[in-house]
Amino acid sequence: MVEIMVLPPARRMVLWGDTAVADRAGAAFGLALPHQPCRAVEAGTRAALWLGPGEWLLLGPDGDDPPLAPALADLPHSLVEISDGFAALALHGPGAARALSAGCPLDLHEAAFPVGMVTRTVLGRIGITLWRRAAAEWRLEVPRSHAAYAEDFLAEATRGMPGF
Amino acid sequence: MLIIRCPYCEANRPEPEFRHAGAAHIVRPLDPSATTDAEWAEFLYHRDNPRGTVAERWRHIHGCGRFFNALRDTVSDRILSTYPAGQGRPE
Repeated sequence: MVEIMVLPPARRMVLWGDTAVADRAGAAFGLALPHQPCRAVEAGTRAALWLGPGEWLLLGPDGDDPPLAPALADLPHSLVEISDGFAALALHGPGAARALSAGCPLDLHEAAFPVGMVTRTVLGRIGITLWRRAAAEWRLEVPRSHAAYAEDFLAEATRGMPGF
Repeated sequence: MLIIRCPYCEANRPEPEFRHAGAAHIVRPLDPSATTDAEWAEFLYHRDNPRGTVAERWRHIHGCGRFFNALRDTVSDRILSTYPAGQGRPE
């Protein structure tokens, strides 16, 4: 069984900066930004996703406005709001990893892609951000104009799978 | 498919996530207008094409997005090691 859901709009910000920026941003955002590569942390309705060295994607509910800019004013950094540039899909169910594997070349076994891991990768012909929130629960951040492709691709990938 | 280790993600990743980005350790002249045409051409165009180990730039474009360097054997297509950009070529 796999359930594909289009998630409601969300607040998305990309932060670039050094450790001092990360510490300060974490305090203002309400959760410590992860320094371990390819890891995400969640607290309440907010999440911080490691995308690259010194680069994080900060997620919150639509309209969320954490006081990041004032907290970082005297530190060199980049903080860009990209909420409308992306759409989010959720994938639930024990067959989710198998559906993703139709177009993603990563090893999605839990030993290789544990809960809490996030990374940019590819799905079919597009780039996505793939985050495993639980053993059988995935969140995909997809460029908005590619969202329909991602949804159709995953729906096609689940056709004929056991339980459909 | 090549399996390439990204030194920033600290993980082995499949080749479709990467782009090749030319020879590594090519230093741009600090003052281009002071170079001769021959020196500038050397910087822009002239590359070795050895049989054996080469140092190359690669980019983890569908991952962390960062450039890094890799030692690759041009005969076996085996990637011998990868290391962050800015580091000298390992022996």
